[in-house]
Amino acid sequence: MARIELRRKLSILSDAAKYDASCASSGAPKRNSLDGKGVGSTESMGICHAYTPDGRCVSLLKILLTNFCIYDCVYCINRSSSNVERARFTVDEVVDLTLAFYKRNYIEGLFLSSGVVRSGDYTMEQLVEVARRLREDHDFRGYIHLKLIPEADERLVALAGRYADRLSANIELPRDEALGRLAPEKDARLIRKTMGQVRLRLEAAKPEKRDRHRPPAFAPAGQSTQLIVGADGAPDTEILDRSASLYGGYGLRRVYYSAFSPIPDSSSVLPLSKPPLMREHRLYQADWLMRFYGFTAPEIGEGASDGMLDLAVDPKLAWALKRRDIFPTDVNLAAREDLLRVPGLGVKAVDRILSVRRYRTLRLEDVARLTRSIDKVRPWIVALDWTPGGLTDAEHLRARLAPQRAPEQLSLF
Amino acid sequence: MRTIVLASETDFAGWKAAARRLRTAGVEPASVRFVTAGSGQDGLFDVDGAAGATAVDDAFVVPRAFMETAGDLILHRAPDRFDLMYRLLWRLRDEPDLMRVVSDPDVAAAAERVKNVHRAAHKMKAFVRFRETRDADGERWVAWFEPAHRVLEKTAPFFARRFSTMQWSILTPDGTAHWDGDALTFGPPGRQEEAPQEDEVEDFWRTYYASTFNPARLRTRMMQSEMPKRYWKNLPEASLIPGLVASAAARTEIMVSEPSSLPNEKFQRLRPPTVDRTSTDDLVAADPTDLERGLQNCRRCPLWRDATQGVCGQGPREARLMIVGEQPGDHEDLAGQPFVGPAGQVLDVALAQAGIDRSGVYLTNAVKHFKHEPRGKRRLHKTPNAGEVQACRWWLDQERRLVRPRLILALGATAGLAVLGRKPSIMAERGAVIDTPDGARALLTLHPAFVLRMPDLEERRRARMALVEDLRMARTEAGLT
Repeated sequence: MARIELRRKLSILSDAAKYDASCASSGAPKRNSLDGKGVGSTESMGICHAYTPDGRCVSLLKILLTNFCIYDCVYCINRSSSNVERARFTVDEVVDLTLAFYKRNYIEGLFLSSGVVRSGDYTMEQLVEVARRLREDHDFRGYIHLKLIPEADERLVALAGRYADRLSANIELPRDEALGRLAPEKDARLIRKTMGQVRLRLEAAKPEKRDRHRPPAFAPAGQSTQLIVGADGAPDTEILDRSASLYGGYGLRRVYYSAFSPIPDSSSVLPLSKPPLMREHRLYQADWLMRFYGFTAPEIGEGASDGMLDLAVDPKLAWALKRRDIFPTDVNLAAREDLLRVPGLGVKAVDRILSVRRYRTLRLEDVARLTRSIDKVRPWIVALDWTPGGLTDAEHLRARLAPQRAPEQLSLF
Repeated sequence: MRTIVLASETDFAGWKAAARRLRTAGVEPASVRFVTAGSGQDGLFDVDGAAGATAVDDAFVVPRAFMETAGDLILHRAPDRFDLMYRLLWRLRDEPDLMRVVSDPDVAAAAERVKNVHRAAHKMKAFVRFRETRDADGERWVAWFEPAHRVLEKTAPFFARRFSTMQWSILTPDGTAHWDGDALTFGPPGRQEEAPQEDEVEDFWRTYYASTFNPARLRTRMMQSEMPKRYWKNLPEASLIPGLVASAAARTEIMVSEPSSLPNEKFQRLRPPTVDRTSTDDLVAADPTDLERGLQNCRRCPLWRDATQGVCGQGPREARLMIVGEQPGDHEDLAGQPFVGPAGQVLDVALAQAGIDRSGVYLTNAVKHFKHEPRGKRRLHKTPNAGEVQACRWWLDQERRLVRPRLILALGATAGLAVLGRKPSIMAERGAVIDTPDGARALLTLHPAFVLRMPDLEERRRARMALVEDLRMARTEAGLT
């Protein structure tokens, strides 16, 4: 009986947690249990132990401690006015489930969040207590991601960082005004202050070269946040400006974009439709361009129209189509930062080109072996035996490079 | 044609020894083939195909990149992998940089296979599922797994590091790995029947798997590329996939089309107070707490949007000296306190040299939100414009009204503009007390950040001295002891 009850809880509280996109288990320092105590290890690269049919990775046991919540955020399945079934785990139940899953190699660790019950402090204390028991009572060496409750006291944030690898506070919406309208109990200023505080603590935990004593560890895998896409009217350029500001201000490892998705028992304030998955995908690509390709948010905006990214082509290609004057790029001569701007060339391909061209002058077929699709790259480059001629400036270039599939929705099969 | 018989499919030492002898004997790749003992082809030929090969070439050093590639390549299931390894070795003497030319067809083919092997090892770390059993020695954890390539020995140490306090075995068609808590041992191929057939926790895992799936985001192709079907038969959760996929569209349709229900009354009663978002742009503060509150809701200019918080002045209300800076910087913005970053440290040193106790001074800024531009992982300071300074004078004037200092020391041109209402020339006007329209007395000096920006050491020293000199004067003029 008790076990059936527990399965029911697990079902409710994982269903309630799944709208948080983060499932990363990377960035933790190397740990193992070879000292003969406890269980678990982390080796900097995360592992996805399963994939669900939504194409998402299952890396952590992602659950809420409870889906009771005193807040009434209209976009959230757990808002106080919703009629969804409610449940609550005990601290021990979460600890036991985590260990039972971990020992069977189902997961890398735990991602624990919670509805806000009683107060921010009380809720955060419970989350911290789960992490403390895993670490101190069970010597758990796996990954722990804790959600921060922005209203909680600073000391609880400090404790959370002692036990967790990663912390996150969700910014939720790109515009503060929209948060006021859709989540009246949430305070964007508090969320930013919390992230700022986490950054200061992360920096304080980094030892200076001259330091003899290592400062106590604090969330070694850093912090992340999530933005919901499509619940308020914010255009893509505004979302990317917000992301750039968050990356710069708080040293975030990741900003997650979550296409606003239908939830059971929705609010009449926020009508539901199919989630804008392609839009979400383009935002991730743009985010990548900012983090690894040297693009700024305004540059990506050059390829957008009315503030929205082109759904039919990726944002780098959209930008290049507007900036054809600076192409073609000579793969045998161009600097790394210029190669990174060539549509169809990823970071790995660029690094391979740079490595090979020390020994060989590249022909088009060599480039083809270093990239996934030479057709995408051809109009933008010059190689030993290739110049694109009028192709770069051809009128029909966008149509030629755009995939044939309908862009509105990622296909199902 | 020479035939080399290797002891097993992953006999790297055997391959290495034979290949070395063949290469120095000048045996071309086209006239040698490698087979494994027991593969059915070994009996027909000489047992040692490398025998009698006499060295005609000098030995040469192979790059480590080749040894690493070959060590992984041999784990691939493609039967021709030994030949590819030997072909690369053959070419390396005349093309010592070959391994770096990743566009070369042989190197590219090797890289592709190594990638497959790494992926198989990674997927093994991901998809092994232990089942719990009990025997005379206590609990044991056993998994049946079928790796895409022969990565058991390569991957087993990972499980030893992770599950070192558990006794476990991984059984595969290629061999078995066992961990007894101290040592890793390997045995002959296992059979699926030897592994436990169930584990009650799998029901919980399946429950979790089904619940964490969002039917409104169905993307099965993405799932299959990361979790290929070949692994499904040994994954307890995979049996749920067809049902989840089949029902997804209908479940989404229900969620989208179902009319919203009435709010849950019980929870509505619990509603906590909403955040106070009323405008404070015209607030006249009665005291510093009021001022702080007003500042946090201020929308008088757009700088609040990308800042963490407004940074209010700090110091005693009865302070005789008020020091006004330009705006909070990166650190001040995060900490919510003025002058705690690098410029604040310069100021602290200068204050100490001038004999001024920081805790007796009211420290604030002309503009209360941090104006900046994101640049990757950092934020670059931007000077606030006249409009922003003007908008924020609303708050500075209130600080002046509440504190009523004897003297206001403005650091730099922006602070000067905010205090005097006109753009001053710091270098021309510093060193003399200026009377302001509202009757307060002001002094101008350099901003400490200006000191930090001086590239020349000597210039920096002089700027620092000027700052200290002006602080000494401010100390006298403010009547500090």
